[in-house]
Amino acid sequence: MTNEPVVSVRELRVYYGTKRGPVQAVDGVSLDIAAGEVVGLVGESGCGKSTLGRGILGLLPEGASSDGEVIYGGRNIVGMTPKELRRLRGPDLGLIFQEPMTRLNPLMRIEEHFKETLEQHEPSLGDKEIRRRSLETLGRMGIPPTRFSQYPHEFSGGMRQRIMIALAVVLQPKLLIADEPTTSLDVIVEAQILSILADLRRNFGTALLLITHNLGIVAESCDRVAVMYAGKIVEEGPARDVFIDPAHPYTRELLRSTISLETSELHSIPGAPPSLLDPPRGCRFHPRCPSAMWVCATTDPIEKRIDADRRVQCWLHGPEDRIPEGGTAELEREEIAVAEEA
Amino acid sequence: MAAKGTSLRQYALTRLALVVPMVLILLTLVFLLMRVAPGDPVSASLGGHAPPAVINQIKHKLGFDKPLYVQYVQYLGNVGRGNFGTAINPAQPVSEIIKVNGTATLELTLYAMIIAITVGVAIGLLAGRFRDTPVDSGGRLFGIIIYATPIFFLGLMAQLFFGVYLGWLPVSGRASPLTQATLTTHTNIYTIDAIIDRNWAALGDVLRHMILPAFTLGLVTAGVFIRLIRINVIRTMKDDYIEAARARGINERSVVYHHAFRNALVPVITIIGLQVALLLGGAVLTETTFNWPGIGHELLLYIENRDYAAVQGIIVVFALVVVAVSVVIDFVGAFIDPRIRY
Repeated sequence: MTNEPVVSVRELRVYYGTKRGPVQAVDGVSLDIAAGEVVGLVGESGCGKSTLGRGILGLLPEGASSDGEVIYGGRNIVGMTPKELRRLRGPDLGLIFQEPMTRLNPLMRIEEHFKETLEQHEPSLGDKEIRRRSLETLGRMGIPPTRFSQYPHEFSGGMRQRIMIALAVVLQPKLLIADEPTTSLDVIVEAQILSILADLRRNFGTALLLITHNLGIVAESCDRVAVMYAGKIVEEGPARDVFIDPAHPYTRELLRSTISLETSELHSIPGAPPSLLDPPRGCRFHPRCPSAMWVCATTDPIEKRIDADRRVQCWLHGPEDRIPEGGTAELEREEIAVAEEA
Repeated sequence: MAAKGTSLRQYALTRLALVVPMVLILLTLVFLLMRVAPGDPVSASLGGHAPPAVINQIKHKLGFDKPLYVQYVQYLGNVGRGNFGTAINPAQPVSEIIKVNGTATLELTLYAMIIAITVGVAIGLLAGRFRDTPVDSGGRLFGIIIYATPIFFLGLMAQLFFGVYLGWLPVSGRASPLTQATLTTHTNIYTIDAIIDRNWAALGDVLRHMILPAFTLGLVTAGVFIRLIRINVIRTMKDDYIEAARARGINERSVVYHHAFRNALVPVITIIGLQVALLLGGAVLTETTFNWPGIGHELLLYIENRDYAAVQGIIVVFALVVVAVSVVIDFVGAFIDPRIRY
C-alpha cells in the first residue's frame, strides 16, 4: 500500500496499574494502517491485542496510562482531552466488540441507540434523516426496518453483532477496529460478518484493524498481518508472505498450531505466554522458542526490515553486528528452564 | 407496538390474579397467630380479676368459644363483605380506626418515602458515580450512620436539637390545637385537607409538624437506598454497553444518566417496594416517638389488649398496603425494563 496511513502508531506503550505493580500490556508498538486496508492483528490471549486496539481509540480502563504516539489526522491521540477524544470516537474511529450480547443497553430500543449516536455527532440531522440513515445502514447489515423499534433482547447474537456494526458504520468512520468480532458467533454468522466487513472496505474505503486469534480469518480477509507476543509486534508484513514464509519462530509455531482438514496431530507451543508483570529478559519468546540462542536470553531483539514491507524482531535475522561473540550458540535446555524460572 | 401492549396487559393480569392467594394466606396467618398467642381480649380487658364464669359468658357472647374453623369462616366472610368488626377496648369500629389513624400513617409514610427516595437516590447515585472520592466516602458514612441509628434515638435527638434546643419545629402531634380545630377533615390527610380548604396557615402548620417525623423515618430508609444504589451504579458503570457507548463517542453525561443510572435503578425499584413494609414497621416506632396518632400507635395499644378484631384489621390493612405497593412497583418495573414483560 502506498496510501498515506489513516492511523500511524509510534512506540505506543500502555500500562495497567495493578496491586502487584504496573503491567506493560503494550510495549513500544508501531503500526501504520492505510485507507481501505485490512490489517490483521493476531496473537495468543493476553498478548495485548485488545489493549492495543483500545489504546488507538484512547478507550482505556481506569488505572491505565499510555505514552507514545497515535497520529490521526496530523494530531496525536495520546494525551488528548476526553472531549477531543470523544469527538473522534464514532465519526473517525469506530470499535466493534467481541461480545455482542451485552453491548447494547437492554433498556433502549435499537432506534434509540441510533438516535443517540447520530444526535451526538451530527446534531443538525432531523428525526426523518436519522431514521433514513439508520434504516439504510441496518438494511445493509440485513436487519429489516420492522425490527427498528425492538429491544436488544429480541435479537440473536449474530443480529446484535450486525446491529453493533451498523451503529459503528452509520457514522462512516475512517478506521474501524474490530476486536474479535466473530469469536462468540457460529461459523455461518462469522462468514456473514466477515463479508459485511469486506463490503465496508470496498464501498467506503474504511480502514480495518481486525483483531483475532483465528489465523484462517486473517488469511482470508487481511492485506497485512501483525503478530503480537507479550505486548510487542514481533513480525509484520503482507499476510500472504508472512503465512507462506514466516520469519519469526513464534509466527511459525502459531501457524503450525492451526487446524485444517490435513491436521493429523495437534501442535501446541510448550509453555504459556509470560506474565506481563515481570516479563523475561531479552526476547520475551525465548523461554518457549525452539530456535533460542544465547543472545536471546540476555538482550532485547532489534527490529529489522527483511523486505521492503516486512519487519521482524528476532535475533535469527540479525543484525549480526549487534550479537555478542558466541551469542548465536544454541540455548541449552537447562538454560531454558532457568530462564523460565527467572 | 401491539405485541408490547398485549404482553404488558397479560403481565398485569397475571400479577393481579396472584394478589388473591397472597391476601388469603395473609388473612389466615394473622387469624391463626392471634389465636396462638397467649391471652385473649376478654381477660385482658377485665384485668384478670373477673370470675371465670363472667369471662366465659362474655366470650360466649362475642363468639370466642366457637370452634376455630367456625370463627375463621365467619371472619373471612366478614372481611369479604368489608366488615372488619369492632374493637373491644377502647371500643370503636375497626373501620373507623383504619379511616382515622390509617390516613395519619399513610400521610407520614408517604412523606417519609419521598424523603427516603430523594435523599437515597441522590446520594447513592453521586457516591457511585464519584467512587472513591470524598463524595463517596461521605455518602457512605452518612448512609451507614443513619441506617444503624435506631429510629427512636434519631427521633429523640431530632426533637432535642430542632425542637428543644433550636426551638424551630414542633416535636409532637400532627398539627397544633388551633389547626386541629379549624381544619375540616375531607380526607383526613391533613396536607390535602388544607389545600382543599385553601387554608394556607393550616398547611404550613401541618407541614412543620411533618418535618421531624418524616425525616426521621425517611432518613433511616434512605440509608438502605444509598448503599444499594451506590453498588448498582458502580456495577453498571462496568457493564459492556457503557464501554460500547463510550466507544461511539457518547458524551459522559449521557453515558452516566441515560445508560448507567437508568440501568442501576431497575433492581432498586423492587427493593423500594420491599422497603415500604419496613417503613410501616418503622412508622410504629416513629409514631410513638412523635406522639403521632397513626395506626401503628393504635396497633401497639390493641396488641397489649389482645384485641383480636382490631389487631387483625390493622395488620390486614398493613399487609394490603404492602401488597398494593408491590403490585404497583412490579408494574413500574415492567414498564421500565422490557425484559420483565417476557
